[in-house]
Amino acid sequence: MSTDNNKILVVGGGISGLTAALEAAESGAQVIIAEKAPYLGGRVAQLHRYFPKLCPPTCGLEINFRRIKENPNISFFTMAEVTQVSGGEGNFEVTLTVQPRYVNDRCTACNDCAEACTAWRVNDFNFGLDKTKAAYLPFDMAFPQKYLIDARACQADCGQKCKEACKYEAIDLGMKPQTLNFQVGSIIMAGGWEPYDAARMDNLGFGQVANVITNMQMERLAAANGPTGGQILRPSDQQAPKKVCFVQCAGSRDENHLPYCSYICCMASLKQALYLREKDPDAEAYVFYIDLRTPGRYEQFLWKVKEDEKVKLVRGKVAKITQEPGTDNVVVVAEDTAVGDKVHMTFDMVVLAAGMVPTTKAAPFPLPLSYTPDGFVIPELLPPGVYAVGNMKGPLDVMKSNEDATGAALKSLISLGRRS
Amino acid sequence: MEKKFGVYLCKGCGMGEALNFESIAKVVKKEGKIPHIKEHDILCSPEGLDLIKQDMVAEGINCMVIAACSSRVKYEEFDFPNAIVERVNIREQVVWTQEPNTEATQAMAEDYLRMGCARVKKTELPEPYQTECDKTVLVIGGGITGLSAALEAANDGYQVVLVEKEAQLGGYGAKMHRQTPSSYPYTTLQEPVVFKKIQAVLDNPKVRVMTGSLIEKIEGQPGMFDAHIKNNGNVETVRVGSVVLAAGWRPYDATKLAHLGYGLTKDVITNLEMEELAKKGKIVRPSDGKVPERVVFVQCAGSRDPEHLPYCSDFCCLGSLKQAMYVREQNPDAVAMILYKDIRTPGQSELFYKQAQSDPGIMLTKAEVSGVSLAPAGKLLVSATDTLLGDNVAFEADLVVLATGIVPVTVDDPVINLDYRQGPGLPEIDVYNGFADSNFICFPYETRRTAIYAAGCVRQPMTMALAEADGVGAACKAIQALEHVAAGMAVSPRAWDETFPDPFMQRCTSCKRCTEECPFGAIEEDEKGTPFFKINRCRRCGTCMGACPERIVIFKDLNVDLIGSVVKAVDVPELEDEDDPAPPLRIIGLICENDAMPALDAAALHRLRLPSIIRFIPLRCMGSFAMEWIKIALNNGVDGMVLLGCKYGDDYQCHFAKGSELCAYRLTKLSETLDKLGLEADRVQQFQIAISDFDKLPQMLDDFVARVTEIGPNPFKGL
Repeated sequence: MSTDNNKILVVGGGISGLTAALEAAESGAQVIIAEKAPYLGGRVAQLHRYFPKLCPPTCGLEINFRRIKENPNISFFTMAEVTQVSGGEGNFEVTLTVQPRYVNDRCTACNDCAEACTAWRVNDFNFGLDKTKAAYLPFDMAFPQKYLIDARACQADCGQKCKEACKYEAIDLGMKPQTLNFQVGSIIMAGGWEPYDAARMDNLGFGQVANVITNMQMERLAAANGPTGGQILRPSDQQAPKKVCFVQCAGSRDENHLPYCSYICCMASLKQALYLREKDPDAEAYVFYIDLRTPGRYEQFLWKVKEDEKVKLVRGKVAKITQEPGTDNVVVVAEDTAVGDKVHMTFDMVVLAAGMVPTTKAAPFPLPLSYTPDGFVIPELLPPGVYAVGNMKGPLDVMKSNEDATGAALKSLISLGRRS
Repeated sequence: MEKKFGVYLCKGCGMGEALNFESIAKVVKKEGKIPHIKEHDILCSPEGLDLIKQDMVAEGINCMVIAACSSRVKYEEFDFPNAIVERVNIREQVVWTQEPNTEATQAMAEDYLRMGCARVKKTELPEPYQTECDKTVLVIGGGITGLSAALEAANDGYQVVLVEKEAQLGGYGAKMHRQTPSSYPYTTLQEPVVFKKIQAVLDNPKVRVMTGSLIEKIEGQPGMFDAHIKNNGNVETVRVGSVVLAAGWRPYDATKLAHLGYGLTKDVITNLEMEELAKKGKIVRPSDGKVPERVVFVQCAGSRDPEHLPYCSDFCCLGSLKQAMYVREQNPDAVAMILYKDIRTPGQSELFYKQAQSDPGIMLTKAEVSGVSLAPAGKLLVSATDTLLGDNVAFEADLVVLATGIVPVTVDDPVINLDYRQGPGLPEIDVYNGFADSNFICFPYETRRTAIYAAGCVRQPMTMALAEADGVGAACKAIQALEHVAAGMAVSPRAWDETFPDPFMQRCTSCKRCTEECPFGAIEEDEKGTPFFKINRCRRCGTCMGACPERIVIFKDLNVDLIGSVVKAVDVPELEDEDDPAPPLRIIGLICENDAMPALDAAALHRLRLPSIIRFIPLRCMGSFAMEWIKIALNNGVDGMVLLGCKYGDDYQCHFAKGSELCAYRLTKLSETLDKLGLEADRVQQFQIAISDFDKLPQMLDDFVARVTEIGPNPFKGL
């Protein structure tokens, strides 16, 4: 393998990108990871548990971060986006634009800046369910463990307060976006996904009915490091819901929204029904679905959930969700296809199983690539030396994303070898 | 190397305000016996680091104790090549979880320094274990998975031996008439991709293809496996470095599906028999050779059925949609009816489902098929309940196709036939319904046999497109294993590790606990029954070390004596008054460094209060836990010991699969011993904790402290 350009750029530091980067680096390549967020880990860092084992994603992330720490072949940049790519296989010229963090490497995560900070921002890590200070650590397990300042949330000159509070000269309010150029032999796209904007389904009440939330918000509610300290509480009155409805295919398998199946939502809702049941032995969960998709050995998980008689699986598509007049409760109208009837039911809270949208839908990669109308990369039409993994090519779960990313690492290595 | 020690104390992040550093320095000098001590207000700053670097140059300091934050942070700053660095966590574990400026907090910090000094003295730099390493990949199975694994490994420059038991390559992929589309727009059936792969493999000079061959035995270890391959009655021994197991599947035995009409007439066939018909060119009824007008597909024939296969076979929904298209393509007047429990076309394959649905001649309904019977005029009747068309509906059919599922070949055949003391196959196959799978979501290729990676349908039910990709991933792992073995490093999950177990064999009593307990089958026995280590199979969890009653297993940075010295370094307060209602107690905590330790760090980040009488010692895995440490601790007057390990059982979270479970097993033996000594078993307890359980730690640890307090001080204290 050539050593002068034995380098791979991995775009995206979520689970797919981390896996691709680590597998390639541990096989001998030099790897650069560019991650848009201020931390690595991506979507899985926001999950309370993985299905089907109900284990915390931070456990595997911890191993992966250790692998990064111990491996001199990997470097990474957070708050970094690829803004320009030229050249071809074996000698791509890539430009990364790194947004200012306003906090430098001297940060020790002591929290003094956040204590001093008087400005607040909506917490995107918790999907808007709470707020953080403008000077903040994205979450307790954030890697790198380094604060940042959300300049958009700062008020005039208030940044001085953080600066003065910091004993370590870690705050640099004069930081500007930085441009970095690299030569790499190949590129792995691992940009991941965004949840489908649930407000676009006006029949499902998201944004209008207070107690309609999304599946990703439910993950944060269940997590001990989330906005409620791990208690599942409904937004309107912070009460624990006793009867929760899970609405499957909220956007997915719908020509007006996402024509594809988002792969993970059935398993995710079954898992979340267990979150609810674990936290409150009296609570009931109803899951309205079109088809229950628990492929392969995931079937065992479905059986496990079915053993719980307080989880009710109802075959039917939800047609409308409204607020019950005079209460904070939510009325769900669904077609129960098994009975052939319309069902009206009232719930304390509704969770929409919102689907996956590839990040390339809104922000195409700065290379002329072919996409499906839904924004997925068409892998057969990628230029030589460019590989796409995980949800860039279609919805996938974590396990299969990791398999795919491991394969992409090898293809990338082969690409490097081809040139030398 | 000649060790020169230095201790560096950081006063930042509140440590300077909460602790008495003069007193700490005294302890280090007097008890830690390291006179070279420096402190800095911000040790991780460039100025602080310069202090250390200057000492390295000017004083030759090469072994340092850095008392500052957790080793999980500031790792780049405190990385000094070729030096032994012991991080002592007095930020998260002391200052951020304790009351500032109390005696207890000060005592805690001083203890951690004592422990750090003890540890650095016993730690040595690793020297990698390097052996010869043959960089050939053995791929078992010549189906789509094995072919793509072989091809991509060869494309990356590695030699490959591809072993296929049949006379031809291609597996079930080659028996398909058409393949469901694997790319956008997911509407048209494609030619099976396997034939191109076969040709590419045959054309690749780096791949040696051995058809009609079986693995008789694989012996040795990663980098130097000897595969005994049987071909035509001859056995050839081939040296390889790593293995991809892609032995695939077989269809579920349809004769067990009499309740669905199989065997009733020739016109009830399996999906595989349907492929054969289509491939021959014409779909006809086997009974009379007539072209069927109505074909009914019965989904989940065997799959998702506790009486048959307790899993979904993943590809059958797509397969029947495809075969419905065959029927319609051949005869535009024919009707294909698919009876399903759920249609499972996840991801973008939904678009293919939509395409099939758009054909009015393909009808689909949810149904529980209750039976298949003969009807007049040679027709069949498929009865079903719970359909979208009502209850108790019967569908007339000329031909019934049972969508039979897959059975991994490993269900009754180890295939790899390892010459390992622990058995010929991958362990615990039954937990995964016969599949050669693991339970790791994050690391799907990990098996409990190092450098052997399973892929394709032998690992999980999957479609052809996924199997093809899976083979490439497994090939990547197989190549990586070769490179790590050659460099003398471990593979996942400690892929960076250059330490290895080096047993002092003269003291071995051949009790074989290590050989039995090693989760990876790394320890064999010679003819005399003496264990010997196959280091390249080792994953460095230290389970052998914890298992060995003679304490002979030694890693450069971890061994029974080393941790024993750390335990001994803890200052145990003396019991001055027998009747003290609140006697001073001391507890040792042994914690998993991947999960419990970060959970404790997170508790500190949230500024939760934790008991001040516990001293934590991180271990790479609880599997390395040695009973000797309890003896040492109790002999030194320690009052209790708490072990924080990962979840065990079928859904285990231990990354060495068995570590925390074996630790718990050893503790069951311990309670007998403690009983005999008149000590309460509750003094030593193990808890299962996940990395995300930071919020549970205060209560868990407070409860344990309360229990030990209730039991009272260790009666051996001061003896």
